[in-house]
Amino acid sequence: MSRSLGNKDDAFLNEVIEATPGGEALVTCLQCGTCGGSCPSGPDMDHTPRQLFQMINAGMRQEVLQSNAPWYCVTCYYCMTRCPKQIPITDLMYTLKRMAVRAKLYDDSDAPDWSSSFIGFVESYGRSFEFGLATRYHLTHSPLRKVGVGPMGLEMIVKDRMPLRPERIKGIDQLRTILDTAKSLEGV
Amino acid sequence: MRYGYYPGCSLTGTARPYEVSTKAIAGPLGLTFEEVEDWNCCGATEYMSLNKTAAYALVARNLALAAGEDKPKDLVAPCSLCYLNLRKTNHYMAKYKSLGKMTNQALAAGGLHYTPGSLNVRHLIDVIVNDVGYEALGARVTRPLTGLRVAPYYGCLLVRPDLNGGSFDDTEYPTHLDRLMETLGAEVVDFPLKTHCCGGHMTQISAETAYELIRRLLHNAAEYRADLLVTLCPMCQFNLDAYQTQVNRHLGTDFHLPILYFTQMIGLAMGMEPKALAIGQEIVSAASVLRKIGTAVEVEEAPQTRRKRDDKSLPMPRIREG
Repeated sequence: MSRSLGNKDDAFLNEVIEATPGGEALVTCLQCGTCGGSCPSGPDMDHTPRQLFQMINAGMRQEVLQSNAPWYCVTCYYCMTRCPKQIPITDLMYTLKRMAVRAKLYDDSDAPDWSSSFIGFVESYGRSFEFGLATRYHLTHSPLRKVGVGPMGLEMIVKDRMPLRPERIKGIDQLRTILDTAKSLEGV
Repeated sequence: MRYGYYPGCSLTGTARPYEVSTKAIAGPLGLTFEEVEDWNCCGATEYMSLNKTAAYALVARNLALAAGEDKPKDLVAPCSLCYLNLRKTNHYMAKYKSLGKMTNQALAAGGLHYTPGSLNVRHLIDVIVNDVGYEALGARVTRPLTGLRVAPYYGCLLVRPDLNGGSFDDTEYPTHLDRLMETLGAEVVDFPLKTHCCGGHMTQISAETAYELIRRLLHNAAEYRADLLVTLCPMCQFNLDAYQTQVNRHLGTDFHLPILYFTQMIGLAMGMEPKALAIGQEIVSAASVLRKIGTAVEVEEAPQTRRKRDDKSLPMPRIREG
């Protein structure tokens, strides 16, 4: 079954659809622009979701995976809720992030590193660890620019809202087995 | 009324006041919360950014641990992001069969299984307004919040995505928190940005993007002369409260709007002491606005952090309040 118009390479389009629950709806995009108009971080994006979808349809793999748009998605779900074709836009943004990281095409490391630092703590302890995350990430990513938030971090500690030690769940080995199995099932 | 209870990581850290106040009001409202044994992180917005199946499996472990013959069928999450992840996984595992099957294959490696749809995932506010109900809640009010002007802030993930009509309130203009605050005697101000984004994790990875989103919310609440914003999400509370000083410094504004949880407001209206509701742990102190509701509320003043003049910054237009 042909999923798009014209005589072109649909490999990228199909890959995106395959990796996204409900992703088939992508080909029904009307190019109405409701998504970009609803997006709180739209002004910071290289491309609005509407543009990205047309680029995916056109097979522009490199340009799409280099775009900062998915990394500026704040997952507010406004676009997805308002889309007249019920395209799961937020889920597609997640897909593009995963594909960009695997293809090593997105060159600003801040956002992917934040995600992977977060995941690192979850996989070590089963819980997120805010203090460890903030210190590890901010000390490696432009630490001088972050000096201003230091007093706030200190106040969070004083106000008993920033535990200094992580909590580890009892079933951490079970959790790791589950996560490893899931990754190998997906082939990553 | 018995419920499964999933606190989530924030409630053990940055949102401790939410946890303390939730527990303080649960008993008097007749709610029994049974914490999910050995629950793990829901993955926030991060896990899904790098792994798909593992992200669903991470959430599904919690669903599997919460479900069972002898366990409550309703699973309650006070954090909107945890609520979304639990609810979405519950929904997607049923809707997308191959995703559901793969997630269960992963769970099986840890000796677990989850039948999608066997739990009802609910947000704490849903339980309070629908199971306890406005009437019963109103009957417990002994210290009405009269004279407090409240901006009801819902954020994104309580009401979106819709997931086939499964949203607890309107996706664009919900009203349950408004009505709840009115029940407690507060004056609810119009707050057009009530479901707009607080910036989420952008405070960490692109602060300028987040500061502007936070500024819009504070500006909107201040325009309607709100005394404080009331929220139901740890991320929203953290961004608006902890980063308010940063926003003022970077954008040349001068906001001083306390951000409290709706559970703290319920506790106050039920006559509880602020300390028992962890009021005083917010960064932007609520002490002075809470004096409006009577002398009975005495809150320890938080030590004032000194604001430094940042002379290197570019001159910015100042937005004056009031």
